[in-house]
Amino acid sequence: MDLYREVILDHYKHPRNFGHLSGANVTSEEINVSCGDRIVIEIAVHGSGKTPRVIADIRFSGEGCAINQASASMLTEKVKGMDVGAVMKLTLDDVQSLLGTTLTPSRVKCAVLPLEAIQKAIVSLK
Amino acid sequence: MFDAQSIQKDFPQLRRNIHGKRIVYLDSTATSLKPTAVIRKEDDYYKRYTANVFRGIYTTSEEATAEYERARALTAAFIHAGSPEEIVFTRNTSESINLVAYSLLTHDLSPGDHIVTTIMEHHSNFVPWQQLGAERNIAVDIWGITPQGTLNFADLEKLVTRKTKLLAVTAASNVLGTINPVSKIVRAVKQLNPKCFVLVDAAQAVPHMPVDVAEWGADFVAFSSHKMLGPTGIGVLWGTQDVLDTLHPFLFGGEMISEVHVDRTVFKSAPHKFEAGTPHIAGVIGFGAAVEYLSALGMQHVRDHEEKLVSYAMKQFDRMGGVTYLGPNDARIRGGVFALQVKGAHPHDIAQLLNEDNVFVRAGNHCAMPLHESLGVPSTARASFYVYTTEKDIDALIVSLQKVKNMFG
Repeated sequence: MDLYREVILDHYKHPRNFGHLSGANVTSEEINVSCGDRIVIEIAVHGSGKTPRVIADIRFSGEGCAINQASASMLTEKVKGMDVGAVMKLTLDDVQSLLGTTLTPSRVKCAVLPLEAIQKAIVSLK
Repeated sequence: MFDAQSIQKDFPQLRRNIHGKRIVYLDSTATSLKPTAVIRKEDDYYKRYTANVFRGIYTTSEEATAEYERARALTAAFIHAGSPEEIVFTRNTSESINLVAYSLLTHDLSPGDHIVTTIMEHHSNFVPWQQLGAERNIAVDIWGITPQGTLNFADLEKLVTRKTKLLAVTAASNVLGTINPVSKIVRAVKQLNPKCFVLVDAAQAVPHMPVDVAEWGADFVAFSSHKMLGPTGIGVLWGTQDVLDTLHPFLFGGEMISEVHVDRTVFKSAPHKFEAGTPHIAGVIGFGAAVEYLSALGMQHVRDHEEKLVSYAMKQFDRMGGVTYLGPNDARIRGGVFALQVKGAHPHDIAQLLNEDNVFVRAGNHCAMPLHESLGVPSTARASFYVYTTEKDIDALIVSLQKVKNMFG
Protein backbone atom coordinates (compact mmCIF):
# COMPACT_ATOMS: atom_id res chain seq x y z
CA MET A 1 0.00 0.00 0.00
CA ASP A 2 2.94 2.37 0.52
CA LEU A 3 2.91 3.46 -3.14
CA TYR A 4 -0.33 5.32 -2.48
CA ARG A 5 0.85 7.23 0.54
CA GLU A 6 -1.37 10.02 1.84
CA VAL A 7 0.90 12.69 0.35
CA ILE A 8 0.68 11.19 -3.15
CA LEU A 9 -3.10 10.91 -2.97
CA ASP A 10 -3.26 14.47 -1.71
CA HIS A 11 -1.26 15.79 -4.68
CA TYR A 12 -3.37 13.65 -7.04
CA LYS A 13 -6.68 14.85 -5.68
CA HIS A 14 -5.57 18.45 -5.15
CA PRO A 15 -2.83 19.09 -7.72
CA ARG A 16 -0.71 22.21 -7.22
CA ASN A 17 0.10 24.43 -10.21
CA PHE A 18 -2.63 22.78 -12.30
CA GLY A 19 -4.03 24.80 -15.18
CA HIS A 20 -2.75 27.32 -17.71
CA LEU A 21 -0.24 30.15 -17.46
CA SER A 22 -1.05 33.35 -19.34
CA GLY A 23 2.50 34.70 -19.18
CA ALA A 24 4.17 31.51 -20.38
CA ASN A 25 6.97 31.90 -22.89
CA VAL A 26 7.51 28.19 -23.45
CA THR A 27 5.26 25.12 -23.51
CA SER A 28 5.67 21.44 -24.22
CA GLU A 29 3.56 18.32 -24.41
CA GLU A 30 4.48 14.72 -23.66
CA ILE A 31 2.33 11.66 -24.30
CA ASN A 32 2.68 8.17 -22.93
CA VAL A 33 1.05 6.21 -25.72
CA SER A 34 0.79 2.90 -23.92
CA CYS A 35 -1.38 4.24 -21.11
CA GLY A 36 -2.96 7.28 -22.74
CA ASP A 37 -1.34 9.76 -20.32
CA ARG A 38 -0.79 13.28 -21.56
CA ILE A 39 0.88 16.24 -19.89
CA VAL A 40 1.17 19.85 -21.02
CA ILE A 41 3.72 22.11 -19.33
CA GLU A 42 3.64 25.89 -19.53
CA ILE A 43 6.56 27.85 -18.11
CA ALA A 44 7.44 31.52 -17.69
CA VAL A 45 11.23 31.76 -17.77
CA HIS A 46 12.80 35.03 -16.68
CA GLY A 47 16.29 36.26 -17.43
CA SER A 48 18.44 36.10 -20.51
CA GLY A 49 22.00 36.72 -21.64
CA LYS A 50 24.21 37.04 -18.54
CA THR A 51 21.43 37.13 -15.96
CA PRO A 52 20.57 33.63 -14.71
CA ARG A 53 17.52 32.14 -16.29
CA VAL A 54 15.07 30.98 -13.68
CA ILE A 55 11.63 29.42 -13.72
CA ALA A 56 9.42 32.27 -12.55
CA ASP A 57 6.17 30.35 -12.81
CA ILE A 58 4.88 27.03 -14.10
CA ARG A 59 1.60 25.19 -14.71
CA PHE A 60 0.69 21.72 -15.90
CA SER A 61 -2.44 20.19 -17.38
CA GLY A 62 -3.53 16.92 -18.96
CA GLU A 63 -4.55 13.57 -17.57
CA GLY A 64 -2.73 10.68 -16.00
CA CYS A 65 -2.57 8.23 -13.12
CA ALA A 66 -2.00 9.17 -9.48
CA ILE A 67 1.76 8.68 -9.75
CA ASN A 68 1.94 10.79 -12.91
CA GLN A 69 -0.20 13.62 -11.55
CA ALA A 70 1.44 13.66 -8.12
CA SER A 71 4.85 13.71 -9.77
CA ALA A 72 3.81 16.70 -11.92
CA SER A 73 2.34 18.51 -8.94
CA MET A 74 5.42 17.98 -6.73
CA LEU A 75 7.90 18.72 -9.53
CA THR A 76 6.26 22.00 -10.49
CA GLU A 77 6.46 23.04 -6.82
CA LYS A 78 10.12 22.07 -6.69
CA VAL A 79 11.32 23.77 -9.88
CA LYS A 80 9.58 27.08 -9.28
CA GLY A 81 12.39 29.61 -8.71
CA MET A 82 15.09 27.18 -9.82
CA ASP A 83 17.80 27.92 -12.33
CA VAL A 84 17.03 26.18 -15.61
CA GLY A 85 20.50 24.58 -15.67
CA ALA A 86 19.78 22.93 -12.32
CA VAL A 87 16.39 21.72 -13.59
CA MET A 88 18.12 20.07 -16.54
CA LYS A 89 20.21 18.04 -14.09
CA LEU A 90 17.20 16.51 -12.29
CA THR A 91 16.82 12.74 -12.77
CA LEU A 92 14.50 9.86 -11.95
CA ASP A 93 16.20 9.63 -8.53
CA ASP A 94 15.03 13.15 -7.69
CA VAL A 95 11.49 12.28 -8.76
CA GLN A 96 11.53 9.12 -6.64
CA SER A 97 12.73 11.01 -3.59
CA LEU A 98 9.99 13.61 -4.10
CA LEU A 99 7.42 10.83 -4.28
CA GLY A 100 9.08 9.13 -1.32
CA THR A 101 8.94 5.73 -2.93
CA THR A 102 10.77 3.45 -5.32
CA LEU A 103 8.83 2.57 -8.42
CA THR A 104 8.40 -0.70 -10.23
CA PRO A 105 9.71 -0.66 -13.83
CA SER A 106 6.23 -0.34 -15.32
CA ARG A 107 5.49 2.79 -13.26
CA VAL A 108 8.78 4.61 -13.85
CA LYS A 109 7.57 6.12 -17.11
CA CYS A 110 4.45 7.50 -15.39
CA ALA A 111 6.60 9.30 -12.83
CA VAL A 112 9.22 10.75 -15.20
CA LEU A 113 6.83 11.97 -17.91
CA PRO A 114 6.37 15.40 -16.20
CA LEU A 115 10.16 15.80 -15.77
CA GLU A 116 10.68 14.94 -19.43
CA ALA A 117 8.07 17.52 -20.43
CA ILE A 118 9.68 20.23 -18.28
CA GLN A 119 13.15 19.50 -19.63
CA LYS A 120 11.86 19.36 -23.19
CA ALA A 121 10.34 22.82 -22.71
CA ILE A 122 13.64 24.20 -21.41
CA VAL A 123 15.60 22.67 -24.30
CA SER A 124 13.23 24.29 -26.80
CA LEU A 125 13.98 27.65 -25.19
CA LYS A 126 17.56 27.71 -26.47
CA MET B 1 -19.16 -31.89 -16.59
CA PHE B 2 -17.24 -28.62 -17.05
CA ASP B 3 -15.69 -27.60 -13.74
CA ALA B 4 -13.34 -24.60 -13.77
CA GLN B 5 -12.24 -25.31 -10.21
CA SER B 6 -10.86 -28.71 -11.16
CA ILE B 7 -9.52 -27.37 -14.49
CA GLN B 8 -7.35 -25.02 -12.40
CA LYS B 9 -5.41 -28.09 -11.23
CA ASP B 10 -4.09 -28.53 -14.78
CA PHE B 11 -2.40 -25.11 -14.69
CA PRO B 12 0.81 -25.12 -12.63
CA GLN B 13 0.98 -21.33 -12.43
CA LEU B 14 -2.29 -21.24 -10.51
CA ARG B 15 -0.63 -23.22 -7.73
CA ARG B 16 1.87 -20.41 -7.26
CA ASN B 17 1.51 -18.12 -4.27
CA ILE B 18 2.87 -14.58 -4.29
CA HIS B 19 3.28 -12.89 -0.88
CA GLY B 20 1.51 -15.92 0.56
CA LYS B 21 -1.64 -15.39 -1.50
CA ARG B 22 -3.06 -17.20 -4.52
CA ILE B 23 -3.01 -15.67 -7.99
CA VAL B 24 -6.24 -14.43 -9.60
CA TYR B 25 -5.26 -14.30 -13.26
CA LEU B 26 -7.68 -12.07 -15.19
CA ASP B 27 -5.61 -11.25 -18.27
CA SER B 28 -6.24 -14.23 -20.56
CA THR B 29 -7.22 -11.89 -23.38
CA ALA B 30 -3.58 -10.76 -23.45
CA THR B 31 -2.27 -14.29 -23.11
CA SER B 32 -3.61 -17.46 -21.53
CA LEU B 33 -1.97 -19.67 -18.94
CA LYS B 34 -0.57 -23.01 -20.10
CA PRO B 35 -1.70 -26.44 -18.90
CA THR B 36 0.77 -29.17 -17.94
CA ALA B 37 -0.15 -31.13 -21.07
CA VAL B 38 1.17 -28.34 -23.32
CA ILE B 39 4.32 -27.73 -21.28
CA ARG B 40 5.11 -31.46 -21.27
CA LYS B 41 4.49 -31.85 -24.97
CA GLU B 42 6.86 -29.02 -25.83
CA ASP B 43 9.42 -30.29 -23.33
CA ASP B 44 9.18 -33.77 -24.81
CA TYR B 45 10.31 -32.51 -28.22
CA TYR B 46 13.37 -30.90 -26.66
CA LYS B 47 14.17 -33.94 -24.51
CA ARG B 48 13.41 -36.86 -26.81
CA TYR B 49 13.27 -36.00 -30.50
CA THR B 50 14.88 -32.64 -31.23
CA ALA B 51 15.54 -32.61 -34.96
CA ASN B 52 14.66 -30.38 -37.87
CA VAL B 53 11.48 -31.12 -39.79
CA PHE B 54 11.05 -32.19 -43.43
CA ARG B 55 14.69 -33.01 -44.06
CA GLY B 56 16.04 -35.89 -41.99
CA ILE B 57 15.49 -39.49 -42.93
CA TYR B 58 16.49 -40.62 -39.47
CA THR B 59 14.03 -41.62 -36.75
CA THR B 60 13.88 -38.48 -34.61
CA SER B 61 13.49 -36.15 -37.59
CA GLU B 62 10.65 -38.28 -38.86
CA GLU B 63 9.06 -38.17 -35.40
CA ALA B 64 9.38 -34.39 -35.29
CA THR B 65 7.90 -34.03 -38.78
CA ALA B 66 5.00 -36.33 -37.90
CA GLU B 67 4.20 -34.40 -34.68
CA TYR B 68 4.50 -31.06 -36.50
CA GLU B 69 2.08 -32.16 -39.22
CA ARG B 70 -0.20 -33.80 -36.67
CA ALA B 71 -0.58 -30.39 -35.00
CA ARG B 72 -1.60 -28.98 -38.39
CA ALA B 73 -4.23 -31.69 -38.82
CA LEU B 74 -5.55 -31.14 -35.28
CA THR B 75 -5.82 -27.39 -35.94
CA ALA B 76 -7.65 -27.99 -39.22
CA ALA B 77 -10.17 -30.28 -37.53
CA PHE B 78 -10.60 -27.83 -34.63
CA ILE B 79 -11.88 -25.04 -36.91
CA HIS B 80 -13.51 -27.38 -39.46
CA ALA B 81 -11.07 -26.54 -42.26
CA GLY B 82 -11.35 -28.50 -45.51
CA SER B 83 -7.88 -30.00 -45.12
CA PRO B 84 -4.63 -29.59 -43.13
CA GLU B 85 -3.11 -27.87 -46.18
CA GLU B 86 -5.38 -24.90 -45.45
CA ILE B 87 -3.48 -24.21 -42.20
CA VAL B 88 -0.41 -21.95 -42.39
CA PHE B 89 1.72 -21.60 -39.26
CA THR B 90 3.06 -18.10 -38.62
CA ARG B 91 4.45 -16.35 -35.55
CA ASN B 92 1.19 -14.78 -34.39
CA THR B 93 -2.08 -13.21 -35.54
CA SER B 94 -0.29 -10.03 -36.61
CA GLU B 95 2.01 -11.97 -38.92
CA SER B 96 -0.92 -13.92 -40.36
CA ILE B 97 -2.66 -10.66 -41.24
CA ASN B 98 0.53 -9.12 -42.63
CA LEU B 99 0.95 -12.20 -44.79
CA VAL B 100 -2.40 -11.50 -46.43
CA ALA B 101 -1.67 -7.78 -46.70
CA TYR B 102 1.66 -8.41 -48.46
CA SER B 103 0.93 -11.59 -50.40
CA LEU B 104 -2.52 -10.79 -51.68
CA LEU B 105 -2.80 -7.09 -51.93
CA THR B 106 0.59 -5.79 -52.96
CA HIS B 107 0.29 -7.92 -56.10
CA ASP B 108 -3.34 -7.38 -56.81
CA LEU B 109 -4.46 -3.79 -56.37
CA SER B 110 -5.89 -1.50 -59.02
CA PRO B 111 -6.37 2.27 -58.86
CA GLY B 112 -9.59 3.12 -57.05
CA ASP B 113 -9.61 -0.06 -54.99
CA HIS B 114 -10.20 0.34 -51.30
CA ILE B 115 -10.16 -1.66 -48.07
CA VAL B 116 -12.64 -1.65 -45.21
CA THR B 117 -11.78 -2.33 -41.58
CA THR B 118 -13.66 -1.51 -38.37
CA ILE B 119 -13.21 0.87 -35.47
CA MET B 120 -13.24 -2.02 -32.97
CA GLU B 121 -10.14 -3.74 -34.37
CA HIS B 122 -6.99 -4.62 -32.47
CA HIS B 123 -4.00 -2.75 -33.98
CA SER B 124 -2.98 -6.02 -35.64
CA ASN B 125 -6.03 -5.82 -37.93
CA PHE B 126 -5.85 -2.07 -38.36
CA VAL B 127 -2.27 -0.89 -38.83
CA PRO B 128 -1.38 -3.34 -41.68
CA TRP B 129 -4.29 -1.98 -43.74
CA GLN B 130 -3.62 1.63 -42.83
CA GLN B 131 0.05 1.28 -43.84
CA LEU B 132 -0.75 -0.62 -47.02
CA GLY B 133 -3.26 2.11 -47.88
CA ALA B 134 -0.65 4.82 -47.34
CA GLU B 135 2.03 2.95 -49.34
CA ARG B 136 -0.20 2.08 -52.27
CA ASN B 137 -2.29 5.22 -52.13
CA ILE B 138 -5.61 3.46 -51.64
CA ALA B 139 -8.39 4.42 -49.26
CA VAL B 140 -9.08 2.54 -46.04
CA ASP B 141 -12.62 3.07 -44.79
CA ILE B 142 -13.66 2.47 -41.22
CA TRP B 143 -16.85 0.63 -40.26
CA GLY B 144 -18.29 2.19 -37.11
CA ILE B 145 -20.25 0.90 -34.14
CA THR B 146 -23.56 1.62 -32.45
CA PRO B 147 -23.73 3.14 -28.94
CA GLN B 148 -24.21 -0.44 -27.68
CA GLY B 149 -20.82 -1.42 -29.08
CA THR B 150 -21.96 -3.57 -32.01
CA LEU B 151 -21.11 -3.05 -35.68
CA ASN B 152 -23.55 -0.72 -37.36
CA PHE B 153 -25.10 -2.86 -40.10
CA ALA B 154 -26.94 0.08 -41.63
CA ASP B 155 -23.55 1.45 -42.79
CA LEU B 156 -22.29 -1.68 -44.53
CA GLU B 157 -24.12 -1.06 -47.82
CA LYS B 158 -22.44 2.33 -48.14
CA LEU B 159 -19.00 0.97 -47.31
CA VAL B 160 -18.75 -2.11 -49.52
CA THR B 161 -18.73 -1.29 -53.22
CA ARG B 162 -17.58 -2.95 -56.45
CA LYS B 163 -14.14 -1.51 -55.70
CA THR B 164 -13.78 -2.97 -52.21
CA LYS B 165 -10.85 -5.35 -52.32
CA LEU B 166 -11.02 -6.66 -48.77
CA LEU B 167 -13.00 -6.26 -45.58
CA ALA B 168 -11.10 -6.99 -42.35
CA VAL B 169 -13.18 -7.61 -39.25
CA THR B 170 -12.71 -9.09 -35.82
CA ALA B 171 -14.86 -12.01 -34.70
CA ALA B 172 -14.77 -10.80 -31.10
CA SER B 173 -13.53 -7.50 -29.68
CA ASN B 174 -10.69 -7.60 -27.15
CA VAL B 175 -12.05 -4.45 -25.51
CA LEU B 176 -15.84 -4.28 -25.95
CA GLY B 177 -16.28 -8.03 -25.63
CA THR B 178 -18.68 -7.88 -28.57
CA ILE B 179 -19.03 -11.14 -30.50
CA ASN B 180 -19.67 -10.19 -34.11
CA PRO B 181 -22.06 -12.21 -36.31
CA VAL B 182 -19.33 -13.31 -38.76
CA SER B 183 -21.50 -15.48 -41.04
CA LYS B 184 -24.02 -12.67 -41.42
CA ILE B 185 -21.27 -10.13 -42.18
CA VAL B 186 -19.63 -12.39 -44.79
CA ARG B 187 -22.98 -13.10 -46.49
CA ALA B 188 -23.80 -9.39 -46.62
CA VAL B 189 -20.36 -8.46 -48.00
CA LYS B 190 -20.41 -11.18 -50.67
CA GLN B 191 -23.89 -10.10 -51.72
CA LEU B 192 -22.68 -6.54 -52.20
CA ASN B 193 -19.48 -7.61 -53.94
CA PRO B 194 -18.78 -11.34 -54.51
CA LYS B 195 -15.12 -10.56 -55.30
CA CYS B 196 -14.43 -8.77 -52.03
CA PHE B 197 -12.16 -10.82 -49.76
CA VAL B 198 -13.12 -11.10 -46.11
CA LEU B 199 -10.42 -11.56 -43.46
CA VAL B 200 -11.51 -12.45 -39.93
CA ASP B 201 -9.32 -11.73 -36.91
CA ALA B 202 -10.37 -14.66 -34.74
CA ALA B 203 -7.72 -14.22 -32.02
CA GLN B 204 -10.48 -13.72 -29.42
CA ALA B 205 -12.92 -16.18 -30.95
CA VAL B 206 -11.14 -19.48 -31.67
CA PRO B 207 -9.95 -19.78 -28.01
CA HIS B 208 -13.40 -19.11 -26.57
CA MET B 209 -16.17 -20.59 -28.74
CA PRO B 210 -16.83 -23.17 -31.44
CA VAL B 211 -15.58 -21.87 -34.79
CA ASP B 212 -16.52 -23.39 -38.12
CA VAL B 213 -14.66 -21.64 -40.93
CA ALA B 214 -16.84 -23.33 -43.55
CA GLU B 215 -19.95 -21.90 -41.92
CA TRP B 216 -18.35 -18.44 -41.63
CA GLY B 217 -17.58 -18.45 -45.35
CA ALA B 218 -14.72 -15.93 -45.08
CA ASP B 219 -11.55 -16.12 -47.19
CA PHE B 220 -9.01 -15.81 -44.37
CA VAL B 221 -9.10 -16.46 -40.64
CA ALA B 222 -6.21 -15.54 -38.35
CA PHE B 223 -5.57 -16.49 -34.71
CA SER B 224 -2.82 -17.16 -32.16
CA SER B 225 -1.71 -20.17 -30.14
CA HIS B 226 -0.77 -18.28 -26.98
CA LYS B 227 -4.29 -17.03 -26.37
CA MET B 228 -5.65 -20.59 -26.44
CA LEU B 229 -3.43 -22.38 -23.92
CA GLY B 230 -0.58 -22.91 -26.39
CA PRO B 231 2.98 -21.55 -26.54
CA THR B 232 3.83 -18.00 -27.60
CA GLY B 233 5.37 -17.51 -31.04
CA ILE B 234 2.82 -19.51 -33.02
CA GLY B 235 0.05 -18.05 -35.14
CA VAL B 236 -2.33 -19.54 -37.65
CA LEU B 237 -3.61 -18.33 -40.98
CA TRP B 238 -6.45 -20.30 -42.50
CA GLY B 239 -7.36 -19.82 -46.14
CA THR B 240 -9.13 -22.01 -48.66
CA GLN B 241 -6.78 -24.14 -50.73
CA ASP B 242 -7.55 -22.36 -54.01
CA VAL B 243 -7.01 -18.90 -52.54
CA LEU B 244 -3.77 -19.93 -50.82
CA ASP B 245 -2.53 -21.49 -54.07
CA THR B 246 -2.88 -18.20 -55.93
CA LEU B 247 -1.07 -16.14 -53.27
CA HIS B 248 2.55 -15.09 -53.60
CA PRO B 249 4.84 -16.07 -50.73
CA PHE B 250 5.61 -13.22 -48.35
CA LEU B 251 8.84 -14.53 -46.80
CA PHE B 252 11.51 -16.26 -48.84
CA GLY B 253 14.18 -18.73 -47.76
CA GLY B 254 14.66 -22.31 -46.65
CA GLU B 255 11.91 -24.92 -46.42
CA MET B 256 9.50 -23.02 -48.68
CA ILE B 257 11.12 -24.03 -51.99
CA SER B 258 11.04 -27.12 -54.15
CA GLU B 259 13.77 -26.09 -56.62
CA VAL B 260 16.35 -23.32 -56.57
CA HIS B 261 18.53 -22.50 -59.57
CA VAL B 262 20.92 -19.64 -60.03
CA ASP B 263 18.33 -17.74 -62.03
CA ARG B 264 14.98 -18.88 -60.63
CA THR B 265 13.14 -20.65 -57.81
CA VAL B 266 10.12 -22.94 -57.78
CA PHE B 267 8.11 -22.63 -54.57
CA LYS B 268 6.46 -25.47 -52.71
CA SER B 269 2.68 -25.58 -52.65
CA ALA B 270 0.65 -24.10 -49.80
CA PRO B 271 0.98 -24.15 -46.83
CA HIS B 272 4.73 -24.80 -47.01
CA LYS B 273 5.49 -21.95 -49.37
CA PHE B 274 4.43 -19.58 -46.57
CA GLU B 275 6.58 -21.20 -43.88
CA ALA B 276 10.07 -20.02 -44.80
CA GLY B 277 12.94 -21.02 -42.57
CA THR B 278 13.04 -23.50 -39.71
CA PRO B 279 9.74 -22.98 -37.91
CA HIS B 280 9.07 -22.88 -34.16
CA ILE B 281 8.82 -26.67 -34.12
CA ALA B 282 8.39 -27.13 -30.38
CA GLY B 283 5.79 -24.37 -30.35
CA VAL B 284 3.71 -25.94 -33.10
CA ILE B 285 3.87 -29.34 -31.40
CA GLY B 286 2.90 -27.75 -28.07
CA PHE B 287 0.07 -25.92 -29.80
CA GLY B 288 -1.24 -29.30 -31.01
CA ALA B 289 -1.53 -30.35 -27.37
CA ALA B 290 -3.45 -27.15 -26.57
CA VAL B 291 -5.90 -27.89 -29.37
CA GLU B 292 -6.35 -31.42 -28.00
CA TYR B 293 -6.89 -30.08 -24.49
CA LEU B 294 -9.58 -27.63 -25.65
CA SER B 295 -11.21 -30.27 -27.88
CA ALA B 296 -11.50 -32.57 -24.88
CA LEU B 297 -13.20 -29.82 -22.87
CA GLY B 298 -15.56 -29.11 -25.78
CA MET B 299 -15.72 -25.59 -27.18
CA GLN B 300 -19.46 -25.23 -26.62
CA HIS B 301 -18.86 -26.01 -22.94
CA VAL B 302 -16.10 -23.39 -22.88
CA ARG B 303 -18.45 -20.81 -24.37
CA ASP B 304 -21.30 -21.74 -21.98
CA HIS B 305 -18.93 -21.41 -19.02
CA GLU B 306 -17.77 -17.96 -20.13
CA GLU B 307 -21.30 -16.77 -20.86
CA LYS B 308 -22.26 -17.71 -17.30
CA LEU B 309 -19.26 -15.81 -15.95
CA VAL B 310 -20.18 -12.77 -18.06
CA SER B 311 -23.72 -12.74 -16.62
CA TYR B 312 -22.37 -13.18 -13.11
CA ALA B 313 -19.78 -10.39 -13.51
CA MET B 314 -22.30 -7.92 -14.97
CA LYS B 315 -24.60 -8.59 -12.01
CA GLN B 316 -21.76 -7.96 -9.54
CA PHE B 317 -20.63 -4.74 -11.29
CA ASP B 318 -24.20 -3.42 -11.27
CA ARG B 319 -24.67 -4.31 -7.62
CA MET B 320 -21.42 -2.62 -6.65
CA GLY B 321 -22.06 0.66 -8.50
CA GLY B 322 -19.45 3.24 -9.51
CA VAL B 323 -17.94 0.74 -11.94
CA THR B 324 -18.76 0.88 -15.63
CA TYR B 325 -17.65 -1.24 -18.57
CA LEU B 326 -17.53 -0.73 -22.32
CA GLY B 327 -19.57 -2.76 -24.77
CA PRO B 328 -22.92 -4.56 -24.81
CA ASN B 329 -24.71 -5.68 -21.65
CA ASP B 330 -26.16 -8.77 -23.29
CA ALA B 331 -24.20 -11.88 -22.24
CA ARG B 332 -25.32 -13.76 -25.36
CA ILE B 333 -23.24 -11.51 -27.63
CA ARG B 334 -20.43 -10.87 -25.19
CA GLY B 335 -17.14 -12.64 -24.56
CA GLY B 336 -15.46 -12.75 -21.16
CA VAL B 337 -13.77 -9.35 -21.48
CA PHE B 338 -14.55 -6.27 -19.39
CA ALA B 339 -12.80 -2.95 -20.02
CA LEU B 340 -13.59 -1.26 -16.72
CA GLN B 341 -13.69 2.29 -15.46
CA VAL B 342 -13.95 3.36 -11.83
CA LYS B 343 -14.95 6.97 -11.21
CA GLY B 344 -11.98 9.07 -10.10
CA ALA B 345 -9.42 6.30 -10.60
CA HIS B 346 -6.94 6.05 -13.44
CA PRO B 347 -6.71 2.52 -14.96
CA HIS B 348 -3.01 2.31 -13.99
CA ASP B 349 -3.89 2.91 -10.38
CA ILE B 350 -6.72 0.38 -10.56
CA ALA B 351 -4.35 -2.28 -11.94
CA GLN B 352 -1.67 -1.41 -9.40
CA LEU B 353 -4.04 -1.65 -6.43
CA LEU B 354 -5.53 -4.89 -7.74
CA ASN B 355 -1.98 -6.24 -8.05
CA GLU B 356 -1.53 -5.79 -4.32
CA ASP B 357 -4.23 -8.45 -3.92
CA ASN B 358 -2.67 -10.62 -6.69
CA VAL B 359 -5.60 -9.79 -8.98
CA PHE B 360 -3.95 -9.42 -12.37
CA VAL B 361 -5.65 -7.18 -14.92
CA ARG B 362 -4.33 -5.08 -17.77
CA ALA B 363 -4.39 -1.28 -17.92
CA GLY B 364 -4.09 0.79 -21.08
CA ASN B 365 -5.72 0.89 -24.47
CA HIS B 366 -5.25 -2.84 -25.15
CA CYS B 367 -3.83 -2.30 -28.65
CA ALA B 368 -7.06 -0.58 -29.67
CA MET B 369 -6.25 3.13 -29.64
CA PRO B 370 -8.62 4.08 -32.49
CA LEU B 371 -11.51 2.51 -30.55
CA HIS B 372 -10.59 4.24 -27.29
CA GLU B 373 -10.18 7.57 -29.11
CA SER B 374 -13.55 7.22 -30.83
CA LEU B 375 -15.19 6.52 -27.47
CA GLY B 376 -13.35 9.44 -25.84
CA VAL B 377 -11.83 7.13 -23.24
CA PRO B 378 -8.01 7.39 -22.90
CA SER B 379 -7.63 3.99 -21.29
CA THR B 380 -9.37 1.27 -19.29
CA ALA B 381 -8.55 -1.52 -16.84
CA ARG B 382 -9.44 -4.83 -18.45
CA ALA B 383 -10.41 -8.04 -16.70
CA SER B 384 -10.82 -11.15 -18.85
CA PHE B 385 -11.86 -14.74 -18.25
CA TYR B 386 -11.04 -18.20 -19.54
CA VAL B 387 -11.57 -21.90 -18.86
CA TYR B 388 -9.91 -21.73 -15.42
CA THR B 389 -11.79 -18.61 -14.24
CA THR B 390 -14.32 -19.13 -11.45
CA GLU B 391 -17.01 -17.01 -9.80
CA LYS B 392 -14.65 -16.90 -6.83
CA ASP B 393 -12.12 -15.08 -9.02
CA ILE B 394 -14.76 -12.52 -9.96
CA ASP B 395 -15.63 -12.10 -6.27
CA ALA B 396 -11.95 -11.38 -5.59
CA LEU B 397 -12.00 -8.78 -8.37
CA ILE B 398 -15.05 -7.11 -6.82
CA VAL B 399 -13.45 -6.98 -3.34
CA SER B 400 -10.34 -5.32 -4.79
CA LEU B 401 -12.36 -2.90 -6.91
CA GLN B 402 -14.17 -1.86 -3.75
CA LYS B 403 -10.77 -0.88 -2.27
CA VAL B 404 -10.10 1.21 -5.39
CA LYS B 405 -13.46 2.91 -4.97
CA ASN B 406 -12.73 3.65 -1.32
CA MET B 407 -9.36 5.18 -2.13
CA PHE B 408 -10.27 7.23 -5.20
CA GLY B 409 -14.06 7.47 -5.25
